[in-house]
Amino acid sequence: MRPKDIAILVVDDEASIRNSLSEWFKMDGYRVEVAEDAYEALKKLQENNFDIVLVDIKMPEMDGIELQKRIKEIDKNIITIIITAYATVETAIQAMKDGAFDYITKPVDPDELSRLIKKAIEQRRLITENIMLRGKIEELQSLDEIIGESPAMKKVMEMVNTVAETDSTVMIRGESGTGKELIARAIHAKSRRRYFPIVTINCGAYPEGLLESELFGHEKGAFTGALYQRKGKLEMANKGTLFLDEVGNISLKMQMDLLRVLETKKFTRLGGEKVIEVDFRVISATNRDLEQAVKEGSFREDLYYRLNVFTIFLPPLRERRSDIPLLTHYFIKKFSLSMNKDVREISKEALNLLMDYDWPGNVRELRNVIERAMVNVKGTKIEVDDLYFSISSPYPKPEGETLEDVEKAHIKKILNKTGWNITKAAEILNIDRVTLYNKIEKYKLRR
Amino acid sequence: MSCIYIVPIWREEKYNLEFLRSKISEIFRKKAQIYESKKINLDSVYNPTRKQYNSSQILIQLLSNHPRDTFRILGVTDVDLFIPILTFVFGEAQLNGIAGIVSVHRLNNKFYGLPENEELLRKRLIKEAIHELGHTYGLVHCLTPGCVMNSSTYVEDIDEKSDQFCSTCFSAIRG
Repeated sequence: MRPKDIAILVVDDEASIRNSLSEWFKMDGYRVEVAEDAYEALKKLQENNFDIVLVDIKMPEMDGIELQKRIKEIDKNIITIIITAYATVETAIQAMKDGAFDYITKPVDPDELSRLIKKAIEQRRLITENIMLRGKIEELQSLDEIIGESPAMKKVMEMVNTVAETDSTVMIRGESGTGKELIARAIHAKSRRRYFPIVTINCGAYPEGLLESELFGHEKGAFTGALYQRKGKLEMANKGTLFLDEVGNISLKMQMDLLRVLETKKFTRLGGEKVIEVDFRVISATNRDLEQAVKEGSFREDLYYRLNVFTIFLPPLRERRSDIPLLTHYFIKKFSLSMNKDVREISKEALNLLMDYDWPGNVRELRNVIERAMVNVKGTKIEVDDLYFSISSPYPKPEGETLEDVEKAHIKKILNKTGWNITKAAEILNIDRVTLYNKIEKYKLRR
Repeated sequence: MSCIYIVPIWREEKYNLEFLRSKISEIFRKKAQIYESKKINLDSVYNPTRKQYNSSQILIQLLSNHPRDTFRILGVTDVDLFIPILTFVFGEAQLNGIAGIVSVHRLNNKFYGLPENEELLRKRLIKEAIHELGHTYGLVHCLTPGCVMNSSTYVEDIDEKSDQFCSTCFSAIRG
């Protein structure tokens, strides 16, 4: 990390200490901000990112120990160093217990301060690297989650392999939870751009002004709170892939700005004049009916055609039920490892239930159901009772509103629940076995 | 023509600064001159608890008492300097400003209980003076081995570096 990439915040109510520390750090080339109390510090921490915060322990209203706790709530990875006038064992222990990297007693020896800051930067670098590597590993692991032997999924994978070799713009369509981001990552991982980053922006998650700043970045002073120049996602995606998730949700103004960038691959940061050239591949995703949106005028036709060069439709899970056992066993294995639990299988009855369910939340919902079951399960096998469906009932809904429709659905539900154990089902339904057989016959119920 | 002024600020020992003037003029390719100022008041910046002098406050005095044609102004003193957060400083300067100060107090072998070495003292003073003036050109501490803008927290660090700018820092000085 170069010194100018390191941002330090000095919080001290004593102006001479605050300023002398700030000047000292500036001579090393660090970016430095000062705050005269905890409230100003917290405001600055909300507006900008800092790597290291030096906090005076004794300040009016909110002291350094309390401020440090609040800082860790904002970002637990920020390095905090406590400044104290009198080093006492109690304050040092308290500060370290609360997560301080170290503390200094003022006045401090220049060499000691210099070494401490270098160590703090190294610690910060290691934390950042660790987070990055974890992300990379998760990214690699997540690619394994594209599982399916159904014809529909085989076709998707063929399309991924075909398009990855090109530099075409890709649009991924599919219901929520079908794994659109995974497919985008798979395309990136198989493309020639794989050694550069894939940068994801969830277009639906930001209000317009913020989305603009996220995409284009900003110059120092571009708006209130823009204390530093900041690169946007477009710049970060240079040479790699830009994944625009929920692209159907952006405003008409942003659609126009985005179209311009996609056509020219040039833009300026907010509040800046310098034209920045970028080179990235665009993959977008949406679950919105974009054709309808174009007809209604809420989505630009030119942007639609620009994004929709190559389309991959992801089938909902209910249309590839044959992949459910494969996905289920994959998730069991994955969570067994991460939760350190010896769960190896799922009962036939439980799997039947999963096969019958409509999965409105698709693979993401299946993943969540298995994760939850893995928490609940007592032995080595997931049973029906371990399954919990959050979105809707896994049991068949009555096909109509007559008493017979309701009875048919209820009997099917109990049969599924008991794994078609007739004795047990009859017991629950409080009818004899013969009556149950008759009802099964009458309603033509099948496993 | 603007000038780099060197202001001697002595309390006990006086040094002839002609060697420094000539070196500064050569390095920065600017006219350099010794400027005796009677307006620097060391007593007002003395901290009796620390038995040291506040270098930031001397900078303020230099800034309010310099000739009109000042390009840069560098105070040279024999007193021990400090800034509030640190136990001592060899010198201080304004980043991208015009003023700097350097002290010979801790550059002198005598301070470390070693035999005096005038030549070594001169070398150290030249390096620290160029270093502080470098900050006024906007230069921050440089990591290139040997560059005069290397940070020095021990006197040995000063002896390790040269009195020359590395090529990157040199380009910044030349603008």
